[in-house]
Amino acid sequence: MTPSTPTLLSIENLVVNFSSGRKTVHAVSGVSLQLNEGDTLGIVGESGCGKTTVGKATMQLVPSRSGSVSFDGHDLARLTRKELRRTRLGIQMIFQDPISSLNPRRKIRDIVAEPLDIWKTAEGAQREQIVRDALDNVGIDPDVALDRYPHEFSGGQCQRISIARALVMKPKVLICDEIVSALDVSVQAQILNLLQDLKARFGLSILFIAHDLAVVKNVSDRVAVMYLGRICEFAGSDELYSHPAHPYSEALLSAALEPDPSSDRSRIILTGEPPNPIDPPSGCRFRTRCPYAQDRCAEEEPVAQEISPGHSVACHFPLLRTNS
Amino acid sequence: MSLTPGLDRSASTDESALLEVCNASTTFATDRGSLRAVDDVSFVIKRGETLGIVGESGSGKTVLSRSILGLLPRSGVLQEGSIVFDGTEIVGAPDKLMRAIWGAKMAMVFQDPMASLNPVVRIGRQITESLRLHLDLDRSEAKATALSLLEQVGIPSPKERLRSYPFELSGGMRQRVMIAIALACSPKLLLADEPTTGLDVTVQAQILDLLSSLQKERHMSVILVSHDLGVVASRTDNIAVMYAGKVVEIAPTATLFSSMAMPYTKALVDSTPRLSQPSHLRLSPIEGRPPDMTTARQGCAFAPRCSFATDRCRSETPPLVTSPSNPLHRFACWNPLNSISIGESS
Repeated sequence: MTPSTPTLLSIENLVVNFSSGRKTVHAVSGVSLQLNEGDTLGIVGESGCGKTTVGKATMQLVPSRSGSVSFDGHDLARLTRKELRRTRLGIQMIFQDPISSLNPRRKIRDIVAEPLDIWKTAEGAQREQIVRDALDNVGIDPDVALDRYPHEFSGGQCQRISIARALVMKPKVLICDEIVSALDVSVQAQILNLLQDLKARFGLSILFIAHDLAVVKNVSDRVAVMYLGRICEFAGSDELYSHPAHPYSEALLSAALEPDPSSDRSRIILTGEPPNPIDPPSGCRFRTRCPYAQDRCAEEEPVAQEISPGHSVACHFPLLRTNS
Repeated sequence: MSLTPGLDRSASTDESALLEVCNASTTFATDRGSLRAVDDVSFVIKRGETLGIVGESGSGKTVLSRSILGLLPRSGVLQEGSIVFDGTEIVGAPDKLMRAIWGAKMAMVFQDPMASLNPVVRIGRQITESLRLHLDLDRSEAKATALSLLEQVGIPSPKERLRSYPFELSGGMRQRVMIAIALACSPKLLLADEPTTGLDVTVQAQILDLLSSLQKERHMSVILVSHDLGVVASRTDNIAVMYAGKVVEIAPTATLFSSMAMPYTKALVDSTPRLSQPSHLRLSPIEGRPPDMTTARQGCAFAPRCSFATDRCRSETPPLVTSPSNPLHRFACWNPLNSISIGESS
């Protein structure tokens, strides 16, 4: 949105379908997102909304049916396998379960050095130094950690090691998929703070995928709310959380629980659960649970419209800001 | 309540205690020595009351709820102290006695409904099982009750659902079925261990609302165990905060949040990101990690991570004392927050 910072990663009209027997699961249906340099873009939504698939399709880990992902001027889907591997080095991914993302039979030294070994970028003393620096950066003492195995570390420490491994190849973009949801709150705060520090220090851009609204708000500059394979609202994070315009964003925010018994806001409890992505509703996909749905919502698919600079919403009847 | 034939409620007065946990400890024998997962815990739950138990992973909250249920393995476990439920001592009670309590007077809802439901048995039979066993209903009565239970927990087209298998339902629906099974015999105490942890936010709110409305309707006591302060904040009468096997603070919910005394409780609240805070606000994590429970400790278990710790905290274990300002508020800290001064140790 701010023209001064160039777009680093651009997802255009991404469609990802999976086949499930004879049926088709519409996991992602026309998602467009731009990640600018130095930005953190949050994607928030409930399970099954397609947020993880967006991350995987960006990495070309799942094939997209149509649409494009361009990174640093390359359309990733059009590259050859060899070119893709080389280009994709600039994007690294970190996953939810820190313990299962580390090979239990390898020492931390070799886990963190694996990208270096694969690309033969460093050997011997230089390799050792890079690994040590990487661990240092994430707050793990290399002298203690290097010769140990993942099971000797806690979940939070394993997540730090995963981050160290992701940073070894000096990526420009980090895709973080639910990286704190398996951690205790006290440790979660450590990892979120670490992520902010690393972002500032190495000039990273981050695609942050999570279901926890408060966590996403904390780390993100801009946030996209996803529902059933589509983006329903996109805005700067403070703007989105204070003035949600899509009924789904409003309901999601009002359902979130705060550690404060006095904050009993007027809650909108949605009935039912997200429909099956095998057979999504016609028109607006949220209409089956939307308290404001009208006939038009079933007939016509709402397109994203900008309601204020940098704030777009895909709804026929967006919630208007109450001027106070 | 039509669902409680044969259950005598007249004997119990409203305000009497349903569950009394007194100096309960649970110790496991492990390869690395004995592990005291629950350490000298005492509290009382009255009829119709909800107690939230909060703590991080490894704090002992799940072992405590299993101890209350009498669901611990027979070997390698040492249980001390006493847990009296509705006049019956649970600690050391034989299985035969417990079988009359499980499901009938005390029921539970676990985190993972898929793992708790039998995947090859239809929903209907899983609900009617305990009805037929405990309440001695015949098939058609049990079926009618199961139907009304599914209605009460908000399952659409309950008649068809009785014939469904668990895999045919979504996570939220499965958790509703679990609640229906747990409530089948109108238990006096419901233990819900992380009942919404795997669920989406919008569904989580539905399930928690359902639990609290059913609780009010049936005047049931509930123990709500969660790692999430947000889950317990709005739906409990009292909250117990656990750390390293001990209850370190227990108070009426509003008191706990308005005048928390234990630095750990405050650190837990402060480390949680809030919707009301601006984005990019730096969080206050709790540095370090919980203690290794197998090694013997001196002093307060939280002292190594506490910013208020003094020498006394590292050498003497603080007892759970009653706050001078509120007799219902107890905490275990030598240097409580909000300048609450400790009188004589209880």
